[in-house]
Amino acid sequence: MKHRTLKVLATVIALAAILMLGACKKKTAPPPPPPPPAPTSPTAAISVSPDTVQPGQSATLTWQTSNATDVSIDGIGAVQPSGSQSVTPTDSTTYHLVAKGSGGSQEAMTRLTVTQPPPPTTATPSPTDEDLFGRNVRDIYFDYDKSNIRGDQEASAQGDAQFLSQHPNVSFTIEGHCDDRGSTEYNLALGDQRASSVKNALTAAGVSASRIKTISYGKEKPFCLEDNEACWQQNRRGHFVYQK
Amino acid sequence: MAENSDVNLQDRKRSIEHPPDYSYGSRPATMIEGNLLTKTYRSTILSHRVPFCRGSRNGSKRMDDRPRNRQRQAPRFTPTGVGILSALSCLILFSSLLVPTSLAQDWVRTGSGLGVDKVRLAVPDFKAANADPQNNALLKTFNDTFWNDLDNSGVVELVSKSFYPLQVPGQPAEVTFNLWNVPPPNAAMLAFGNLGVAGGKLTVQGWLYDVKNTASPQVLGKQYTDVPTDGAARLIAHKFADEIIFRLGGGIPGIAESEVFFVSDRSGHKEIWAMDYDGSNQRQLTHQGSISLSPRISPDGSRLAFSSMTKTGWDILIFSLDLNRVVSFPHFGGTNLSPAWSPDGARLALSSSRGGSSEIYVCDASGGNLRRITASKGPDVSPVWNRKTGAQIAFVSGTTGLPQVYTMEADGTNQQRMTDQGYAVSPGWSPNGQFLTLAWTRKYGPGEPGSSDIYLMDIASKQWVQLTHDGGRNDFPSWSPDGRHIVFQSSRSGKEEIWMMLADGTKLHQLTFTGRNTQPNWSWK
Repeated sequence: MKHRTLKVLATVIALAAILMLGACKKKTAPPPPPPPPAPTSPTAAISVSPDTVQPGQSATLTWQTSNATDVSIDGIGAVQPSGSQSVTPTDSTTYHLVAKGSGGSQEAMTRLTVTQPPPPTTATPSPTDEDLFGRNVRDIYFDYDKSNIRGDQEASAQGDAQFLSQHPNVSFTIEGHCDDRGSTEYNLALGDQRASSVKNALTAAGVSASRIKTISYGKEKPFCLEDNEACWQQNRRGHFVYQK
Repeated sequence: MAENSDVNLQDRKRSIEHPPDYSYGSRPATMIEGNLLTKTYRSTILSHRVPFCRGSRNGSKRMDDRPRNRQRQAPRFTPTGVGILSALSCLILFSSLLVPTSLAQDWVRTGSGLGVDKVRLAVPDFKAANADPQNNALLKTFNDTFWNDLDNSGVVELVSKSFYPLQVPGQPAEVTFNLWNVPPPNAAMLAFGNLGVAGGKLTVQGWLYDVKNTASPQVLGKQYTDVPTDGAARLIAHKFADEIIFRLGGGIPGIAESEVFFVSDRSGHKEIWAMDYDGSNQRQLTHQGSISLSPRISPDGSRLAFSSMTKTGWDILIFSLDLNRVVSFPHFGGTNLSPAWSPDGARLALSSSRGGSSEIYVCDASGGNLRRITASKGPDVSPVWNRKTGAQIAFVSGTTGLPQVYTMEADGTNQQRMTDQGYAVSPGWSPNGQFLTLAWTRKYGPGEPGSSDIYLMDIASKQWVQLTHDGGRNDFPSWSPDGRHIVFQSSRSGKEEIWMMLADGTKLHQLTFTGRNTQPNWSWK
C-alpha cells in the first residue's frame, strides 16, 4: 500500500514538473530593445487684432510656434516661426496656421470679420426728440364709454409724464378716439373728454399745459376696422402725436 | 263759378322770361301758376292713434314681446352639408317664402291713421299736349316724380294703373266719369293733365277731379310754365303733387319741394351735400377738405350750420346757400359740435367743450351772446329746439353713464330725463311740438341683442313706439316739414345710407346709394 502511494505521488510530481518546465520555457523570451527618445511636438498659436474691421481697414495677425521647422499660413504662404503681419482683406477671412516640425504638425486658426459699412446717411448719431417721443410715449387706452384713466393705464401715463417732463421742449397733440359702436356726435364729445383726461393727468404731473393741444376724432379715424372687442379697444385711446 | 275750367285756364295763361337756377337750395320764384277754383277736402292726416308703449323700466307690455313664430326662425336654419339637413332646410326656406311677410315678423306694424279710409286717387300718366320731340323725356320725368310724390305722401291710396281704362284723359273734356268712379278703379279722385313744349317753354296743365261728383267735379285746375328742362319738369311735378296733398291731406302743405341735407364721403372727405326730398338732384355744398358733420339748415333755408375740423379744432361753420360759400362765424375754442337752429332762426344751440367738458351753449345766429346752459358731468351734445314753441331744448347727456335723452327749458332749467335705459341719442323734435324721434338701443351691453333703432316718443307721457326693426344700425332721424315723414341713416343695406319712411314706419325706401351718407337733416319747409 505504501509503495503504491509513493508511485502515484512520484507520477504527480513528475507531471507537475513537466508542466512547470513547459510553462517556464515560454516566459523566458528576450526583452525588446528600448524605444528611441520621442521628438518634441511643435506648438502653434495665432490671433488677430482687431478681430472685426470694415473694408479697407487693416488688422494685425500675430502668431507663435515652437519646435517647428516649416510654418505657413493659408493665403499668405511660408512665414517665420513667430511674427506678425498686417492684413487688409475685403471679405471675412479665416487664417489657418500650420506648423510642421520633427515632432509632427500643429494647426491653429483665427477669424477676421469684415463688416459691411453702414449706409451712407447723414443721420445724427444721437436720436432726435421725435424718435425718443415715438419710442417712449405710450398711448392711453380707455374702457367703453369711459374717459377716466383706468388702473392698468396709470403706469403708461406716469411714464409719459416723466418723459415729457425730461424733454421740456417737446410740444404734442393728444387725439381722443372712440370705437365705432356709438353715435357720431356723442363719440366726438367722448373723444374730447378722453383727450382732456390725458391732458389733465400730464398737467397734474407737472407738464406745462401750453405744450399740449387736444383734438377729438370720435370714431372718424379708427386704428382698426374689425368688429370685435380687441379692435374696439385699439380704437378707444388717447393717442400722442409729436408736434414739429 | 266757372264750370268750364278749360276756358278759365286759357284766360290765366302767363309766361315767364328768365329761367330759374336750380343749382342750390332756394327755389325760384319765377314760376307762374294759374289757380282755378278749389275745394278743400278734409281727409286723413297722420292721426297718432298709435298704441304707445310705456317707457318705464317696469313698464307694462312691449309690442315686440309677442312670441316668435316658426317662419321667423326658419331662415336662420343653417344647412351643415349633411344631405338630409340641407334638404330639410331648403324645404323650410321655400315654405317660408310662401308665407306672407306679415307672418314673418315678430313685431306688430302699428300704422297711423288706422281705421281711416284714405282717398282712392287714380293718377293716369299725363299726356303729350303736342308733337314736340322733347315731350317724351320730360313726360317720363314728370310722371315718375308725380306718382312717387303722391305715393310717398302717405295721404292717398293710389289706384293701381292696371285698373285704368285704355283711354286716359289729358283734358277735362276727355274724362268719362263712369270709367273711373266704379270698380275696378273705384276711384274717388282723378289727377290728370298734359305736358307740352312750345316756343321754348314747357307748359303743364293739371287737374284734380272728384269723379263721384259728376255735377261739379273740379277740385283743382293748375297751369305751370317753365323752361323745358328735366329739373323744371321735376319741380312742376313736386308743386302740383303738393297742391293735391294740401287739398286731400287736411290742409297741411306737402313736402315735395323740400330738401334734405346730409354728410357724404363720396368726394373722399366727409362734406355736406344736399338733395331733393325724393333723393334726386344730389349735389355737394361744402369743400372743406377735412371732416364736416352735423348739417342743420336754418328755418328760412338760407344758411346751413355744421361742425367741421379746422386747423384749430372742431368749429361751428355757417354756409350761406345764397352766397354758396362759408361765411364768418366766431371761433369759440374747444370742441364745438352739433349746432341747432331755434325755430325763429335767431339763435343757435350747440355743444362746446371750451370751458373744459362738453356742455350745451346757446348763442345768437351771428355767434354773439354765447352762454352755457348746462353744467353736468359727462358729455352733453346734440341739442334740438322744440320746433313749435322754441322754448325747450332736447339734448343728449352722458351724465349717468351711457347717453340718455333729456329735455329742458331753453335757459337750462327743468331738466327731464326722457329715456330710461340703454343708449339713446340723436333727438329730433316734431314740427307740432308733441313728439321726439330718437335713435335708441334699448338693451345695450356685451352680448345683448338688438341694435340702434328709430323710436317715436310722446313727450308729455314718455310713451314710445319703435319705428324701425331688424335693419342694421339706424340713427339721426329728422322730421319732414309736414310731420308725416322721417328721414334717417341706416346701415341695413350694408353701409350707411339715407332712408326715408312715414312717421309710422311704413313706406320705407332708400334715397342714397353712392358712398357713405349720414346725418340727414330735413329742411323746415
